[in-house]
Amino acid sequence: MDIVVSAIAKENTAREVFNFEVMDLGAIGYQECFLLQKNLLQEIYAARRKSTLLLCEHPPVITSGRLAKRENILRPLDEVKAQGIEIAYSDRGGDVTLHMPGQLIAYPLFDLRLLQKDIHRYLRNLEETAILLLKEYGIHGQRKAGLTGVWVNERKIASIGIAISHWVTYHGMSLNVNGDMGLFSLIRPCGQDIMVTSMQQLKKQQVLKMDEVKERLAAAFTSVFSKEDNYA
Amino acid sequence: MLKVTLPELGEGITKATVSYWYFQAGQTVKKGEDLVEFTTDKATFNLPSPATGKLLEVFTPEGLSVDVGATLATMEESQ
Repeated sequence: MDIVVSAIAKENTAREVFNFEVMDLGAIGYQECFLLQKNLLQEIYAARRKSTLLLCEHPPVITSGRLAKRENILRPLDEVKAQGIEIAYSDRGGDVTLHMPGQLIAYPLFDLRLLQKDIHRYLRNLEETAILLLKEYGIHGQRKAGLTGVWVNERKIASIGIAISHWVTYHGMSLNVNGDMGLFSLIRPCGQDIMVTSMQQLKKQQVLKMDEVKERLAAAFTSVFSKEDNYA
Repeated sequence: MLKVTLPELGEGITKATVSYWYFQAGQTVKKGEDLVEFTTDKATFNLPSPATGKLLEVFTPEGLSVDVGATLATMEESQ
């Protein structure tokens, strides 16, 4: 595991500073990464580790959140597995989603005790991070009223499902960078009839450089979470 | 006797659904252990036990939507 960036989000001696480190895990299985998150979040809660942003890609996997309905996986499970797609259950919020290589996964393990203990604000901040990253690539990402996630022209590009334990966050956001968007036809993403898109599709170009997207996303996290009004 | 209540979860969040009790009435819980899990639209939230002691009564079963501030359970603190 390489620490690619160490970001100081806030310089202030009067209170405990919120900062985080970035861990680039490369390609990692969903379950393996879930166990890693659980271990790291215990360390963060116990103040043995600072907040950490995990960046990775998952092999093809359909994940079901706490509110998931079986009917939102549109094909028989055996058929899905026969295509080499894993099925995993998750303790995050939200319904069904799908991950695949080419999609950038960001799992912020952030100690909200140092920021504001506000789930709503945290979710909006995740959206803001994706919107800022997309802007760097000339893509206009938008929120949809009443929903969580980021859309471009009525197509979803970033999905969010989180969990919080002891006010430390885990799970997070997936951003469609490259990858086979056709796989999404296997599910009703988030239990809704929505279309998805990727940065690659929108840029009508060859595969985007994942390392560059990762660096820019980490910078976007620093920018969004260092804003003064995130502090209580 | 100590009341366990649903804390403020954030601006505009007035309700959450009880999705999992890690302990049943009658069991002993340590301060800081996960006591109950809530689910909102896109988030799950584990509430740690506010004290070490016995869980006396659980008022809000799994699946129930509860208001912020509502009493979820009562506990008897260990001396």
